[in-house]
Amino acid sequence: MFVTGVGGQGIVLATDIIAEAALIAGYDVKKTDTLGMAQRGGSVVSHVRIGQRVCSPLIKKGDVDILVAFEKLEAARWCYYLRHGGIAIINNLALPPLSVNMGNERYPSDKEITDILKRQTDRIYFIDATRRARELGNIRTLNMFMLGTASVFVPLEVHAWEDGISQRLSPNIREINITAFRNGRKEMRSVHL
Amino acid sequence: MAYLFVNMAKGLFSVFIYVSLTGKLWYDLAKMIKLLSGNEALALGAYHAGVKIATAYPGTPSTEILESLARHDDIYAEWSTNEKVAMEVAMGAAYAGVRSLVSLKQVGLNVASDPFMAASTTGVNAGMVIICADDPGIHSSQNEQDNRHYARLAKVPMLEPSDSQEAYKLMAYAFDISEKFDTPVLVRVTTRISHSKSVVEVNQKRLAPARQANFHYAAKKYVMLPIHARLRHPLIEERLAKLAAYAETFTFNQALWGEHRLGIVTSGVAYQYAREAFPQASFLKLGMTYPLPQNLLLSFAAQVDRVIVIEELDPFLQENIQAMGIKVTGKEFIPAVGELNVDIIEKGGQRTGLLSETSPRHVEDTALNLPKRPPLLCPGCPHTGIFFTLSSIGQRSKPMKSRVKTPKESSLVITGDIGCYTLGTYPPLNAMDTCACMGASIGNALGMEKAGIAKKLVAIIGDSTFMHSGITGLVNAVYTKGQITIIILDNGTTAMTGHQEHPGTGISAQGKKTKAVELEQLVRGIGVSDVKVVDAFNMKQLRNAVKSALESPELSVIIARGACSVRVPTRSEPRAIDTEKCNLCGICLQLGCPAIQREKERVYIDTSMCVGAACTICQQICPRQAIDQQSKIEAAKSL
Repeated sequence: MFVTGVGGQGIVLATDIIAEAALIAGYDVKKTDTLGMAQRGGSVVSHVRIGQRVCSPLIKKGDVDILVAFEKLEAARWCYYLRHGGIAIINNLALPPLSVNMGNERYPSDKEITDILKRQTDRIYFIDATRRARELGNIRTLNMFMLGTASVFVPLEVHAWEDGISQRLSPNIREINITAFRNGRKEMRSVHL
Repeated sequence: MAYLFVNMAKGLFSVFIYVSLTGKLWYDLAKMIKLLSGNEALALGAYHAGVKIATAYPGTPSTEILESLARHDDIYAEWSTNEKVAMEVAMGAAYAGVRSLVSLKQVGLNVASDPFMAASTTGVNAGMVIICADDPGIHSSQNEQDNRHYARLAKVPMLEPSDSQEAYKLMAYAFDISEKFDTPVLVRVTTRISHSKSVVEVNQKRLAPARQANFHYAAKKYVMLPIHARLRHPLIEERLAKLAAYAETFTFNQALWGEHRLGIVTSGVAYQYAREAFPQASFLKLGMTYPLPQNLLLSFAAQVDRVIVIEELDPFLQENIQAMGIKVTGKEFIPAVGELNVDIIEKGGQRTGLLSETSPRHVEDTALNLPKRPPLLCPGCPHTGIFFTLSSIGQRSKPMKSRVKTPKESSLVITGDIGCYTLGTYPPLNAMDTCACMGASIGNALGMEKAGIAKKLVAIIGDSTFMHSGITGLVNAVYTKGQITIIILDNGTTAMTGHQEHPGTGISAQGKKTKAVELEQLVRGIGVSDVKVVDAFNMKQLRNAVKSALESPELSVIIARGACSVRVPTRSEPRAIDTEKCNLCGICLQLGCPAIQREKERVYIDTSMCVGAACTICQQICPRQAIDQQSKIEAAKSL
């Protein structure tokens, strides 16, 4: 799995939880993040590999089964990692980079983004995760909602995911995040599949 | 199945209780399976090996090692002023018979290289281990350097783990080797090892420190007068020969047999990539990469048709193996630049005919024609105001509608330094001309002045970087009657690496209150008389301070103080832009604040990002007074 987005969206925590869930389910797992030099605002990428035995923590280009993007431009930027026919789950959110705000570059249209994605796969799911997280009352649950949508395609049992979440989050935010995860799972099942 | 995790003792001794379907309770304390990053595994390995003193200066990708160790109450962990001091403190502890650890990044070892060489010469009196985290691919560094050369330079043993499990296990060996051979030991990792999480079976408990601290007079060992150092050198050569013999049977130097057509010598994370690219080949996987096991290498080479070396960065293994008379290739098809991955190794393998070009994977780098997303100064960052001030005084910003690609020649020269504030280099601020290494800004500016640059010279340095290695530069500038302006950006933390303490904060690495070194007193004590402390969020104060410092004929220091917005998230009602007053002049956009967005004919502030009253920089600079609290704008409209 390949998770991408913008620094500050909770991507590293999301892949930590995927890795914990895989470990709980008894798999070998490796995960690695490539963060830029600063804390916030840059493009963030996190690789997770689950299997009987995992060697490289980095996934080969064109080898990703599931791409989870927390932002649309980042989905387009990194979708060449996706294998042909792989799954792309994209949060319906545009965060224009500074160069776009300054008028020096142009944010691609939804059609352009979809066209780029379509070169890799037809299994593309646009999700209103930011809106759902806001409806739940905490925008920071965005990552768990996205995780929920992706979990449908990963052969791990629900309890492994939820145990992973419980393990990594402090008790006061555990419940809302598990709810966000379940909502994401439900939304993918009911709306998109 | 039900799983229950109970976390005890700060999460490090988690007890794993597992109830299977048969209802049988399986309970195992000694063996624990954990998901650890390389850095966490190194720290836990060192802790279990009985380390008592741990020192470091924060530096990506090594920072989390000391952060993890600082969570234990039964060891002493410090953020040292810089890596040189860290090395010296650890040496002192090792001289005193206590196991010590230094962790640093590749360029940190440059700073600490003087005491590192000295530690190799004197040897130790208890295990001393230096963990050096290199950064191939330059994820967060100023250069790409291969620190394996330091092992050869200092004639010390070097260990390299290839995942978190090995990182954990190797630490115990590192301390034992250090004591057995009377030498500091280098444990070399890379970003991909440090920052990857993998499964670790933790099977040890903390070894009680073997001895109480005790130092005995041994001038010939510890006082490096030429006459003593001359006696040490032959001992170092002897030590190296003994280590080379030890390497022959070292557990982590393993031959893993596959087909005998191809033998691959490799180490570290490169092993993982190579294993995936060449699943059928035989491997000689080296856990100790200096000194090398000559007989093991000769025998491995004799049993395969062809030997190649797969290693990241320089041909370190390759050249050392070639020097043994073994015919190997590697760098002929594996690049010496950048971080490796399976794709690169496969491509190299195809180029040299070892792999057939069978992978028709459609790989197209779609990133090329999309807008880039470089990291930015955060909303509410205390550095934004000073950079905007310098940028406007120096006329460095490019007007919004201008088609000019490069900023015009500035009336200021701004030397920069290492920290978040290096991001002030990017447009629209364009407020940095140089950034070389920690502490270089002051010396660089002085050098330009002495060289005869007529423009005003400004050196920018952060508080933590100033403590690290800016102080000596300032002493030098005072002594040489420099006339430059030095701006110390004091955000009260080492922000870029994730908010570590430093001598100016008055808080220890273990979160306890300690004595703070007062920045202003320090600067005055060095002999600077023109010192101003200003509020980093007060634009008028900043502008006046910068203008007066630039006009002053003497050396001046401005301390711009303001808390890091990530660390002190004091949020209040966000600002908004009154669209009726706004004439789209774009001045607020020149701040480069991520919260200020533009949408065709509208500029607005993203309320989820704006920190509100703690910043207000955009409000202060708006020439139309169009920016205020949302509620005030609405109230004014309803009148």
